[in-house]
Amino acid sequence: MSSDPRPQPPSAAQVKTERLLNLVLVLLYARRPLSKAQIRTLVPQYGQSVSTEAFERMFERDKDELRELGIPLVTEDITATWDDEPGYRIHQREYALPDLHFEPDELAVLGLASRTWAQASLAGPAAQALRKLRAAGVERDGEALIGIEPRLRTTEAAFDAVKDAVLRRVPISFPYRRPDETDAVERHVQPWSLVSWRGRWYLNAHDTDRGAPRVFRLSRVCGPVRPSGRPGSFEVPAEHEPRLMVERADPPATSPSPAVLRVRSGAGHALRHRARTVGEVDDAWSLLDLDYHDLDGFAEELAGYGADVVVEQPAELATRVVERLRGALAAHGGGES
Amino acid sequence: MAGFTGETATARLGRLLTMVPWLVNRQGIDLQQAADDLGVSTEQLEADLRLLFLCGYGQMPDELIEADWEEGRVFVGNADTIARPLRLGVDEAVTLIVGLRALREVPGLGERDAVDRALAKLEAAAGAAADPANRVRADLTDGASAQVLADARRAVATRRRVHLRYLVPARDEATERDVDPMRVVGIDGRWYLEGWCHRAEDTRLFRIDRIQELEVLEEDGTPPSQARERDLSEGTFRPAPDDLVVTLRLLPGAVWVADYYPVETVERVAAADGGGLLVRLRTPDTAWLRRLVLRLGGQGRVVEPEVVVDEVRAAADAALAGYGGHGGT
Repeated sequence: MSSDPRPQPPSAAQVKTERLLNLVLVLLYARRPLSKAQIRTLVPQYGQSVSTEAFERMFERDKDELRELGIPLVTEDITATWDDEPGYRIHQREYALPDLHFEPDELAVLGLASRTWAQASLAGPAAQALRKLRAAGVERDGEALIGIEPRLRTTEAAFDAVKDAVLRRVPISFPYRRPDETDAVERHVQPWSLVSWRGRWYLNAHDTDRGAPRVFRLSRVCGPVRPSGRPGSFEVPAEHEPRLMVERADPPATSPSPAVLRVRSGAGHALRHRARTVGEVDDAWSLLDLDYHDLDGFAEELAGYGADVVVEQPAELATRVVERLRGALAAHGGGES
Repeated sequence: MAGFTGETATARLGRLLTMVPWLVNRQGIDLQQAADDLGVSTEQLEADLRLLFLCGYGQMPDELIEADWEEGRVFVGNADTIARPLRLGVDEAVTLIVGLRALREVPGLGERDAVDRALAKLEAAAGAAADPANRVRADLTDGASAQVLADARRAVATRRRVHLRYLVPARDEATERDVDPMRVVGIDGRWYLEGWCHRAEDTRLFRIDRIQELEVLEEDGTPPSQARERDLSEGTFRPAPDDLVVTLRLLPGAVWVADYYPVETVERVAAADGGGLLVRLRTPDTAWLRRLVLRLGGQGRVVEPEVVVDEVRAAADAALAGYGGHGGT
């Protein structure tokens, strides 16, 4: 932004903002619906348009943009004096935020909820919403919430387009790359919901090619998100539960199995923390009893400890750990070869 | 000035329709403070006020909005038509409702009652705009202990030093530290305590779910003046210029690594060459990397530097010795 003090001719965007604001003021102030001709007289920027045709085109676009912004511009019949011509106005009661009073502690949590988005692409609307709620009063945040800062981030390139599609129920298609596939595949979906879970955004959707519900990780959408239908053209099933669907897409936990591990002294801290019992074998080793749910996941974790952890039981767990270690060894030029 | 770079006329209109009621209820507010609170520069605010001055429900002088900021204090008058804010838009309602619902679930948050009251008022006021909020959900819980989270927050609020028993699984270390707490922050699905660590003599982020014990001490916990909150807008990872640069070959079974760790570059490998990725990352510490590669069991291979390749080979060899050598069965 320049701080050049010289007066400059207004830019096209500036003129348009003035025109839209005047239009809002005129339509809100009107006690009865206004005809296009009246509007053209009352909004000076329309008066400057060269022809009636040009004015009407401009007015049509402006109406759409105001509605897009959430301004309830309505079309009503004008009584008697004007033939069948429609009139336009904005009702104050439909336009204005209802009168709200928030207690200081409520404003404090609203402030926190708004700042949760401070580092996300929705930071603007979140701040704007809070300003609207606070417009009437001068209350500042309570001190009660000092020291806690939840933050949601939206680093996924597809976030905004998918979010808009979810909110407006617009069918979309996008290229999607599963981690085990080299090539992206174009997917066609009815987007049901967006969920941030464990720090990542997921899209729950009905996959129209597969005829079944699917969960997509937004970071794997690897190209443009394109609308493939009209807003509101599908229904989200009433029984759809956004978070449950994402959670269920994760492999289910199996029942716990017991394991016995030999762990070097001064190592395996996280394992010791989880262990049912810890016995000292000698100065160098402890023996841990603990339960695991997922054989491969646990074998993977244990392989990471290298020589500090040895599986005593069960044999199948020991086998998996040894397999991983051999794989790592071979990949780095070791082993029998 | 046409507004923020790239701000559309409609977006600016939306901003003005919020700004006017805000200013009408704060007559005489300092220009700089108004700009700060409205999240714009003073130049932008002045440009906005100049624009308002040209608008009205008619073009006669008494029909135009009045705006005055000559003395550094802002007055806005004759704006009754738009003296109430426009009702919440869908994005606006969604951010606050989803944010409040997420806060409701934060373990150890003592303000649940205020959250519920605010939520009820907001949902009533938002009307139809609240409905799409049911289709967005944010989960801020991470299995961290509600007790530790609540204690950490209390220590921040009361400025008391804490003693931590803290686990670093990547290096398989359990450490004891005294920390002057600065804030509790939840980011990327995890909760952290940020504070001045007397052991490291620097600010540190401690993952709440790795704090095995947190004791609030009697001592004053005001952090020293050189303690600075870290900018977390890019996430919690902060590479340093002297970090080691490591190249990793990830076969298809290990490509998740590129999602979970902050990699600097990602290159796809053709299916004919085994598929997967070639990534580069920076790390101050090869211990966690060695552990990671052992876990990957051959699905991940250190390409460079050679010294890390040797470390991994030696670690795998030593680990297999615990099972009677790698020859085995």
